[in-house]
Amino acid sequence: MHGHGGDTRTPYTEFCEWFAAEEPARIHRKAQQAEAFFRTTGITFNVYGEDDADERLIPFDVVPRIISASEWRRLSRGIEQRVRALNAFLHDIYHRQEILRAGRVPVELISRNEAFLPMMMGMDPPGGVYTHITGTDIVRTGPNEFYVLEDNARTPSGVSYMLENRETMLQMFPELFAKVPVREVGDYPINLLRSLAACAPPKCDGTPTVAVLTPGIHNSAYFEHSFLADQMGAELVEGHDLRVVNGRVAMRTTQGYTPIDVVYRRVDDDFLDPLNFRPDSMLGVPGIWDVYRAGGITIANAPGTGIADDKALYSYMPDIIEFYTGERALLPNVPTWRCSETEHLKEVLDRLPELVVKEVHGSGGYGMLVGPAASKKEIAAFRAKLEANPRGYIAQPTLSLSTVPIFTRAGLAPRHVDLRPFVLMSPAGVTITPGGLTRVAMTKGSLVVNSSQGGGTKDTWVLED
Amino acid sequence: MLGKTAGSLFWMARYLERSENNARLIDAGFRIALTRSSTARAEWKSILVTAGSNQAFEATGQEYSSAKVVDFLLRDTRNPSSILSVVKQARDNARTARTYLTREVWEAVNTSWMTLGALLKRQVRDDDLPDVLSAIRQQSAQVRGAFSGTMLRNDGYNFSRLGTFLERADNTARILDVKYYLLLPSVAHIGTSIDNVQWETILRSVSAHRAYHWLYGTEISALKIAEFLILYKQMPRSLAFCAQKMQDNIGWLQRGYGEETEAGRMVAALHQKKLAGPIQAIFDGGLHEYITDFLRANAALAQQIERDYRFVE
Repeated sequence: MHGHGGDTRTPYTEFCEWFAAEEPARIHRKAQQAEAFFRTTGITFNVYGEDDADERLIPFDVVPRIISASEWRRLSRGIEQRVRALNAFLHDIYHRQEILRAGRVPVELISRNEAFLPMMMGMDPPGGVYTHITGTDIVRTGPNEFYVLEDNARTPSGVSYMLENRETMLQMFPELFAKVPVREVGDYPINLLRSLAACAPPKCDGTPTVAVLTPGIHNSAYFEHSFLADQMGAELVEGHDLRVVNGRVAMRTTQGYTPIDVVYRRVDDDFLDPLNFRPDSMLGVPGIWDVYRAGGITIANAPGTGIADDKALYSYMPDIIEFYTGERALLPNVPTWRCSETEHLKEVLDRLPELVVKEVHGSGGYGMLVGPAASKKEIAAFRAKLEANPRGYIAQPTLSLSTVPIFTRAGLAPRHVDLRPFVLMSPAGVTITPGGLTRVAMTKGSLVVNSSQGGGTKDTWVLED
Repeated sequence: MLGKTAGSLFWMARYLERSENNARLIDAGFRIALTRSSTARAEWKSILVTAGSNQAFEATGQEYSSAKVVDFLLRDTRNPSSILSVVKQARDNARTARTYLTREVWEAVNTSWMTLGALLKRQVRDDDLPDVLSAIRQQSAQVRGAFSGTMLRNDGYNFSRLGTFLERADNTARILDVKYYLLLPSVAHIGTSIDNVQWETILRSVSAHRAYHWLYGTEISALKIAEFLILYKQMPRSLAFCAQKMQDNIGWLQRGYGEETEAGRMVAALHQKKLAGPIQAIFDGGLHEYITDFLRANAALAQQIERDYRFVE
């Protein structure tokens, strides 16, 4: 938060005045109340394989991360451009594949991509929308220097934390919101509902019925599923609540089967339809695929969007944006070496101790090498893995991520953060909630913000103009 | 609404009611064990039978001592009806039906699960038992208060209420089932001195000993107690009261859905045929048979509700 020379960066001015006048003990007490609030509300996540006594809390930090209006304008323009390009790319890949013919993206990145669904070829998802909901992970390296770290077009999670973090801050420090003009995030669920309803399938007559499909109460993100359904006033369904009746996907209600029009699914493609995908899946709906093809239901996000989450494909995003929008990317990618290319691989192997190397299909911060933090032995072991399967990896420079303050027993201390804004897309347009989810590495010096590895979250403020 | 959700609301309410009923049973048993150590073993056994937990208890091979039985009823996870098990089930059902609950109700159920989980982490000492039982009642009162104060009076509300009264009727009938021999006319006829402590146990286990005296004065008779628990319409735990409520709730559902159901016919029959009185007629026909019959009809009603409203496929 402090730029060069120790000046407080402007977006934080009002907050800092407030903070300086506060008793640290009071803030500490409030932070503990926040924890109790999260527990009572049930904002917990399950750790697989452990008893439910071990429902965990994601650490919450009471110091908001603040973004100025001008920074946000720049960011949101870049994000919108990116998401539109992504959607155009998905449409192209599942239709004429112009970008492959033009040689701008290598064919094997699609043909070898596990998330590629040949069954989607020629399919037109209702409204032409593939990525109804996207989470774009962004890092900042300096004043007005933002990079996109990755695109999450499959089923990005965390939006409930964005909303509950704000709710918590409002409960704890109401006076703060009277001092600082912060943009609202609470309309996300209504925007989501509108956006999903705007993508209703051809067979929908009347007001679209929207449902959230969850794997059930034992899923680690169940809280978020029920939260979103609740806030939208949509039904929260599991696979066994649904069946295909008269060519529609219908839910078993107390009065019989009623068709649904749009399903916001929080289960992966593989599990959607045991008849057409994994036969052992209990989470999906037998025959939903055929209803989808016949225009009887909208599946959000569309099946097969996961190809865009691939980290090797990520490195082509600047080309993808240019190809479909005719513009240069407004938000830069982190420079990426594709280890599948001989020249790139050579350079990566030469500079291994200074780079971050990631698995192409990895997520959650697992299976990666952080060169500067690794021992010689670890680097040697990783080198062997990399040489054996270069196609499976990409490498990036270690960015000097900016830090924001968190509240610790010893006062404010800097920690690394990233930002995941949530983007909604429908035929009516693109909606980005101001801010998003800020994830923070709670340990000093750490760059890993993933909640599965001890990362926390904080409220994100975008200031009014 | 989803059939599954209706089922979760129904069962959430049943489990919440069960936790409160079991706390009351433990309270009654504990009192009698304190005052009458000679019959304590038999009392605990009959309480376990009433709670439907005797088989599970026998399977553990433990003796019928206060400490063992109380622990089994409060916190043993081998006992599907222990307070701890039941509160967890209530909370799991509430999570499943989360979108149909107000934030207040969900938080009350969740808080009750957290609070009781912490209170029942270790074995409860005798001198702490009254406080723990009172905490259970308080948690349950908080859920009920949030429920009545914040829930929309829609189908979900009626499914929940149905669960409450079905479970409550089951509980009162089970108490009568286990203790019916005390109420048999023959005992009274022989002129044996009335066993006040036993009567008190029955009344306490439905939280009604004060109400009874208020209504009937000091006279304690088998006939009157049976009338009070079975037919008295203003007593919120009597079979007649519960049946009336169930009939109301199913009535709302039928009107709301514009569809008569078999469950509706069953509850009307239960109410009109079994609970019309007078109490003498019930005694003449055989109290034990009557109660067994009621329990069977009540269970059949639960199954019919589940079918009519598609709780499961």
